[in-house]
Amino acid sequence: MRPIDHTIRRGQLQDLIFRVLGVSLLLLCLGTLGVLIFNLAHDGLSRLDLKFFSSFASRHADEAGIKAAWVGTALIMLVTALTAIPLGLAAGIYLEEYARKNWFTGLIEINIANLAGVPSIIYGLMALGLLVYKLNFGRSILSGGVTLAFLILPIVIVATREALRSIPQSMREAAYALGATRWQVIRHHLLPYSAGGISTGVIIALGRAIGETAPLITIGALTYIAFLPPAPFSMMDSGHRAGAFSWLMTDFTVLPIQMFNWVSMPGEDFQANAAAAGLVLMLATLGINAVAIGVRYRMRRRIKW
Amino acid sequence: MVNTPPVESLTPQPVMQPHSEPVGADAPVVHPVKAEVRNLSFYYGSFKAVKNVSLPFYEKAVTALIGPSGCGKTTLLRCFNRMHDLYPGNRYEGEIVLYPSRINIVGPAASPIEMRMRVSMVFQKPNPFPKSIFENVAYGLRLRGVGGRSELEARVEQALRGAALWEEVKDRLRDGAYGLSGGQQQRLCIARALAVEPEIVLFDEPTSALDPIATGKIEELIDDLRQRVTILIVTHNMQQASRVSDYTAFMYLGEMIEYDRTAKIFTNPSKSLTEQYISGRFG
Repeated sequence: MRPIDHTIRRGQLQDLIFRVLGVSLLLLCLGTLGVLIFNLAHDGLSRLDLKFFSSFASRHADEAGIKAAWVGTALIMLVTALTAIPLGLAAGIYLEEYARKNWFTGLIEINIANLAGVPSIIYGLMALGLLVYKLNFGRSILSGGVTLAFLILPIVIVATREALRSIPQSMREAAYALGATRWQVIRHHLLPYSAGGISTGVIIALGRAIGETAPLITIGALTYIAFLPPAPFSMMDSGHRAGAFSWLMTDFTVLPIQMFNWVSMPGEDFQANAAAAGLVLMLATLGINAVAIGVRYRMRRRIKW
Repeated sequence: MVNTPPVESLTPQPVMQPHSEPVGADAPVVHPVKAEVRNLSFYYGSFKAVKNVSLPFYEKAVTALIGPSGCGKTTLLRCFNRMHDLYPGNRYEGEIVLYPSRINIVGPAASPIEMRMRVSMVFQKPNPFPKSIFENVAYGLRLRGVGGRSELEARVEQALRGAALWEEVKDRLRDGAYGLSGGQQQRLCIARALAVEPEIVLFDEPTSALDPIATGKIEELIDDLRQRVTILIVTHNMQQASRVSDYTAFMYLGEMIEYDRTAKIFTNPSKSLTEQYISGRFG
């Protein structure tokens, strides 16, 4: 055999080893996820029906449902999105397009990167002190939503900056050269061209927030709740008419807390409830991520450099 | 502004004498001065990229800036629309006087936005927006507040005709600009620059990313445009400079070595450095 054959053979072997290794690790990850979902489905699927969504929690496992929890989760996510998206977008745009690069913005940059790694319970403690006590928001949907907004703000900022940075400088120069102002460049070009990347980042951040439990327990979210927040302008039990934003100030629970509550109960039946709630949460997260992928795909197809 | 020569007189006195012989009866066309660079220096931070350059740019003529890489020709070009203002740490010294308004383009009184509205630019690599062909050309007009549908359409068509692109794209104005070939994209960028009726169009090596056929079309186009607008073109390609320009400035290490009629520069340059460069002995 010629020496060159030997070298080629060796290269091909390395190639094969890496390929096998990669595929097996991938299967391991996917397999774990699959087993997890299968397990949840096996335990909880029998409990998943319309009644499960339309019933409040109960002492009787077979009557208990996740009505308060999914409504709470939905409202919390709404508040989180409405807080984190404008703040994160504005901060990202400012840092990327307006701020001069100096030691101060460098410091901010490092801080944002660090904030993304802070344990979520620390955000809970901060929110407890700041939102619940100092600002008197109480243990409300507003407090919960803003807490999670703090939590995902760094992710939104980083996603915004990355998306803006991926736009070639030549696009900015083309627009400036025609006489556009900074804001016109952002409004007419940068935001539309980066919308795909930004929304992907935002959606993934929301996907993280939806499963958060610790910070919400820290600010005092309830584990058992048998009423919904008042719809705007509806009549309340007290005889008063609810304001447009009364729902913001109501107590709440969310899916992961409800799930945690059931897990800690004795008895098989409650475990089935927990599994069913977990399945709902899992599907919601997967759904959110699927939307993110869809958005990214559509935007990528529309814009290419 | 100090002692500006009256521009109305047909023999403006630029700081450097550009002509080997006085402009007279034997000169084919007499161009009034459109812009005059006076003792211009430009700094990237502490690096002086353009060193005390002075030269005139004649109206409705093509002036080429040539020189080896890093000689400051693109830097000089980008002073004209204040592109350097987009990045921190840049500084201008001296003047670029734009006639007839006599505004100093790089002076503190001039607004960069206004200068960019009056001086258009075509870049090295075609950089259309990821929008439709129509929107690309209309964008500069929209920035200037042109809103009416019919006026926009008329001016977009006019600009596309001016850039010799209309016949190729008239049936697909709503399609994305990235469906065009590289040469078409560059002509689209030229249309975008022309649509706003600028006083000067800057070309920064406009054909360096294009194949020879597309290059030929762009050069023809520049030849047509000289009837209508003042053109500055930076080019690496000396044949291109000799083909398309009326005047040529040779720059080296940030300094302007020689400025004259293109024919003179390429046949009988007065500086040996210029001669070495155009004969390909360095650069």
